[in-house]
Amino acid sequence: MAIRIIKLPDVGEGVAEAEVVEWHVKVGDAVLEDQVLAAVMTDKATVEVPSPVAGTVIALGAEVGATLAVGAELVRLEVAGAADEPAAAEVAATPRQAAASPPAAAPAPAADNVVAMRTAAAAPAADSSAPTRPALPRAVPGISLGPPRAAGEKPLASPAVRKRARDAGIDLRQVRGSGPAGRISHDDLDIFMRGGPAAAGPAARTANTAVETIKVVGLRRRIAQRMAEAKRRAAHFAYVEEVDATALEDLRAALNAEAQPDRPRLTLLPFLMQAVVKAVVEFPQMNALYDDEADVVERFGGVHIGIATQTPNGLMVPVARHCEARGLFDGAAEAQRLAQAAREGRATREELTGSTITITSLGALGGIVSTPVLNRPEVAIIGINKLAVRPMWQGGQFVPRKMMNLSSSFDHRIVDGYDAARFIQRIKALLEAPATIFIDG
Amino acid sequence: MREISVKVLVIGGGPGGYVTAIRAGQLGLDVMLVEENVLGGTCLNVGCIPSKALIHAADAYGHAMAQATSAPFGLRVERPTLDFTRTIEWKDGIVGKLKGGVTALLKRHNVKTVRGRAAMLDGKTCRVESDTGPQVIRAEHVVLATGSQPVALPSLPFGGRVISSTEALSLPSVPQRLAVVGAGYIGLELGTAYAKLGTQVTVIEAEDRILPAYDAELARPVARRLKALGIDVITGARAGGLSADGDALRVEQSGAAARNIAADYFLIAVGRRPRIAGVGLDQLDLTMNGAAVRIDERCATSMRNVWAIGDVTGEPMLAHRAMAQGAMVAEIIAGQRRVFDKVAIPAVCFTDPEVVTVGLSPDEARAAGHTVQTSLFPFQANGRALTLGADDGFVRVTARSDNHLVLGIAAVGAGVSELSAAFGLALEMGARLEDIAGTIHAHPTLGEAFHEASLRGLGEALHV
Repeated sequence: MAIRIIKLPDVGEGVAEAEVVEWHVKVGDAVLEDQVLAAVMTDKATVEVPSPVAGTVIALGAEVGATLAVGAELVRLEVAGAADEPAAAEVAATPRQAAASPPAAAPAPAADNVVAMRTAAAAPAADSSAPTRPALPRAVPGISLGPPRAAGEKPLASPAVRKRARDAGIDLRQVRGSGPAGRISHDDLDIFMRGGPAAAGPAARTANTAVETIKVVGLRRRIAQRMAEAKRRAAHFAYVEEVDATALEDLRAALNAEAQPDRPRLTLLPFLMQAVVKAVVEFPQMNALYDDEADVVERFGGVHIGIATQTPNGLMVPVARHCEARGLFDGAAEAQRLAQAAREGRATREELTGSTITITSLGALGGIVSTPVLNRPEVAIIGINKLAVRPMWQGGQFVPRKMMNLSSSFDHRIVDGYDAARFIQRIKALLEAPATIFIDG
Repeated sequence: MREISVKVLVIGGGPGGYVTAIRAGQLGLDVMLVEENVLGGTCLNVGCIPSKALIHAADAYGHAMAQATSAPFGLRVERPTLDFTRTIEWKDGIVGKLKGGVTALLKRHNVKTVRGRAAMLDGKTCRVESDTGPQVIRAEHVVLATGSQPVALPSLPFGGRVISSTEALSLPSVPQRLAVVGAGYIGLELGTAYAKLGTQVTVIEAEDRILPAYDAELARPVARRLKALGIDVITGARAGGLSADGDALRVEQSGAAARNIAADYFLIAVGRRPRIAGVGLDQLDLTMNGAAVRIDERCATSMRNVWAIGDVTGEPMLAHRAMAQGAMVAEIIAGQRRVFDKVAIPAVCFTDPEVVTVGLSPDEARAAGHTVQTSLFPFQANGRALTLGADDGFVRVTARSDNHLVLGIAAVGAGVSELSAAFGLALEMGARLEDIAGTIHAHPTLGEAFHEASLRGLGEALHV
């Protein structure tokens, strides 16, 4: 028998470290060649690491959530082999991309931190307590409670308990029984009367004392860090304006009515993207990145619009590049493609980086007002709120108009309130007279 | 016409009605009870009590006769004789004593009792044709406890030698031959009693076996005993009319020629129906449940503050059910929160051997969606049953397989009616097999069979 150490492979361009987001094996597991050992995450891309050899896992190099340097020990395997082989042969694993990440050949710096190893000296192969298992929900101790009754099952209680409950106006279906077969005792009734935990059955309210501990790892941790960083550094201020989208909606409906197979169906988003492109020509300070360590603002000629997208894993912001060079339908198709790629975990690193201004929309869930968090180091983000028909005072009477709010946030360190207001007013004007979006010169 | 106002008017002085009135009186309510006939109702006068008296007398006579022909433990009796007139007097004496007790109890609890025929005018008003003239009673609450009456067969209207259970309890002499139509508990209790008194008894049943309301396993020991007593049981048969001379009953059996059963009396015991007509209940336009008054779990009818309890509300027509309902209704009227939340209503057949059921039968439990296990302990292995010379029968416990919660208990055997108390308590308390198994049952008693049946359900039976 010989020991093989599987190291964290080079998982992407310029990536020096990766976070372990999931173990696919545990100590004691027999693994086959090419079997996935772990999933590690780099900058928004998840990579699966397969085993280069067959063997038995005797140690894992890190806990879920820990960050490992490329080249650090990931897994230690016991493999069949001659005794004269090196005691601890080092084997490099080849990364397998899960959420696509560009392959890279650049050498990674060696690990300079040592990860504590958990060895499997006493762990039997069939140990059910997998070392990477998250903490189980905990119940509040001290109160004895029976399991909740199955649906439709009658509460079980002696006549004296039933009478006492009846006199007190208590429906025993609400009371949990701690006794044999779920029998409700006087004590159970006392606990219920004191307002303690109770309840059973699907119709009843249950005091749920479970606590689930979820490690904040991977994309969620990345989101958490970035959000906190944005809020901590940027001087957010919000600005909300309403937009009469009646004409825009008419135009959109007319364009969608003459559907063509090679054209995507239009939402409001591509129109807003076009309006932003048009507006930033006059307000270049909005399409910019602020490097607050170097005290430099970069204004961009190209408009790379980040589109905040909800994915099964969390918020992602794929980027529609060079929107200034895209027409309405091109922009719409690109936005749709990016959103789908992000949701399916197929978005590449390029597609997830490089935005210069961001649009966020919750669609029908848009609400009335939101206060978006800047996609740092950008200085502006525009949120779309819900479109609704509202009565508007026009020409001496109320008329039904399709109204929509734009909620935007700016980095007040760079953007003055006056400019922000004018920028949004410009977008409003464009959206309310949508033909002007498409008039050049 | 005199007009009286009361808080609670109870119509019917049977076990349901008088218990309602007593409980209402205890709770300080102004209560009046109207009884058309005599206090105590069917149960006390022409049902439970007199039939048990007759059954006891018949048993004693049957035992004496048995000692005259054989002497299993050496007792010799020379030619016992029965003075049936004395038997009926003794029975009437018991009924009279209990009736006196009810009268005294009602009085002690300040219940005004009116004797007369009640007719509901509307949900609040009742006209009573009393001995002292008609009177109108207005009540805040009306409790209908009018009971039930025997069902007649169209081909055999009551009268003359066609009798109901009421007449069968007061025959002038022990008949030579008795034909009983209906092998339910009433027909079998009375048929068995008269068979023991020396009557040649024939029982005609439309279903294919006796006690069709009970499961076959429970009916089997009773069927064996009927045979041993020489009772002729004709199942799957329909009673036609009487022969021209009125001496014989025409019985049609599918697949067999019709035959005539000659008898002195023809006892019709095919069931009872709620007493609705004649007391103006048909005038009230109450929502009905078939032939019975529909009630909810508080015994409320479709009319506000009109309550109904007991047989008039349908099956199971049992005195103890009516009593429990009556006490509850009185408490509800007194402002207490109550619903009829009983787990089980015991049912007893005072046949030979007796049959007790409490809770669900195995089939009912399965139909209710439970996975069940049943365990049975035979009285052949019970010392007390052997010393009583009556070892036929068993105790059977039906429990949920998953948590051993007891869902139903049944027994058949001599004297098992007294076990109904233990059975009922176990079910109401929500006992599991372990609870019964963990209770010491006195030795030597029939109750040990209950203990052993529960142990057996746990795979721990000791004496089988």
